[in-house]
Amino acid sequence: MAWSLEQICSIAAKYELKNGMYVNLGIGIPTDVANHMPDGVNVLLQSENGMLGMGPFPYKGEEDPDLINAGKQTITQLPNSSYFSSADSFAMVRGGHIDLTILGALQVSQTGDLANWMIPGKMVKGMGGAMDLVAGTKRVVIMMEHTAKNGEAKLVKQCSLPLTGVGVVNRLITNLAIFDFIDGKMLLKEMAPDVNIEQLRICTEAEFD
Amino acid sequence: MSKIFHNAEAALKEILRDNLVIMAGGFGLCGIPENLIKAIYDSKITGLTIISNNCGTDEEGLGPLLKNYQIKKMIASYVGENKTLEQQSINGQLELELTPQGTLAERIRAAGAGIPAFFTATGYGTVVAKGKEIREFNGKKYIMETALHADLAIIKGWKADKAGNIVYNKTARNFNPMMATAAKTTVAEVEEIVESGSLDPNNIHTPCIYVHHLVQGINYRKPIEKLTVREKI
Repeated sequence: MAWSLEQICSIAAKYELKNGMYVNLGIGIPTDVANHMPDGVNVLLQSENGMLGMGPFPYKGEEDPDLINAGKQTITQLPNSSYFSSADSFAMVRGGHIDLTILGALQVSQTGDLANWMIPGKMVKGMGGAMDLVAGTKRVVIMMEHTAKNGEAKLVKQCSLPLTGVGVVNRLITNLAIFDFIDGKMLLKEMAPDVNIEQLRICTEAEFD
Repeated sequence: MSKIFHNAEAALKEILRDNLVIMAGGFGLCGIPENLIKAIYDSKITGLTIISNNCGTDEEGLGPLLKNYQIKKMIASYVGENKTLEQQSINGQLELELTPQGTLAERIRAAGAGIPAFFTATGYGTVVAKGKEIREFNGKKYIMETALHADLAIIKGWKADKAGNIVYNKTARNFNPMMATAAKTTVAEVEEIVESGSLDPNNIHTPCIYVHHLVQGINYRKPIEKLTVREKI
């Protein structure tokens, strides 16, 4: 049985979040990883619009329009939070100070190339901070559905969509399996319960060991 | 001579003309110079190149300038949630240049710091690298990005003293501090102008040297793009 989105978030949290880490979670589903924080693990979340130590959503009526995250959602500050400019924020990212980023994807190639900013057939909205994050963060973990809704492979030999970064992915967690990318090779680490290797190869265009 | 003007229109009067390159602070609708944007809207100047992380929504922020056909070119990192922009971009009425967010911030910072270009790994191997010089440092590939200057920067602070030293509030800081340094003229609007000496010099975010015109804004709307709350248990 494939993992649900909820389970993928929980797996990502369990495997990736270590006490004391500085982490940037992508807009959308990766944001939900924060709700699966393992017991005893404390991480500081960075929001690339200029905040370290992002707190939960505010209580109703306590929202502050001057305090939002990169997804433009209202948030709160914590006792150890700090604010800074966009230039300082991306110096933090580019300078390799952020331990981990977890992002979504449209395609991942067998050599760890990532495409996640241009949706085919739709208006180009822009890459935001995604290219900076994958180029600068120490570890890049991707969460995505193993195949597209129409059944097309998303885990491919070579990305057909415009790239966000070349060879930047360290780990991929899909609803079917977990893969690691080491020295340009894609390695199967784990499969969801009742998924077998033959099934996995059928819906995976990329070659893996 | 005082930098303080009575309203946004007066603060921009001598500067506004067609075809200006304007930097506008803000991330989404957070920390945007509402009064100065409105004054540019009312001035009806056109042919503008706008440098800003986003281009507002259809109704808020820089959005109305688009609807008014005042913008010729937009340099931004993300322009979703804006149907007017989508339409004008498809029709060829608007030139759109997309830059990674960190590269955009650093290009502006570099301009203000007198650095003509820098190398970054961001965008290597992607469309962003197209036509740009590539250099290898310590075995890693980087692309050259150039400084981004403007004729005018419109920025939004929280408080300023009468000399123009500025303090920002929370994540409303974002692109404002760099933009204040990167234009020929910087016009700042703040929610409150306080007496000199009442802001702690230890905590000034933008020193007054970067601020040429200053105005206390009025009627701040501060729209929230995505209201997210939790219930009290």
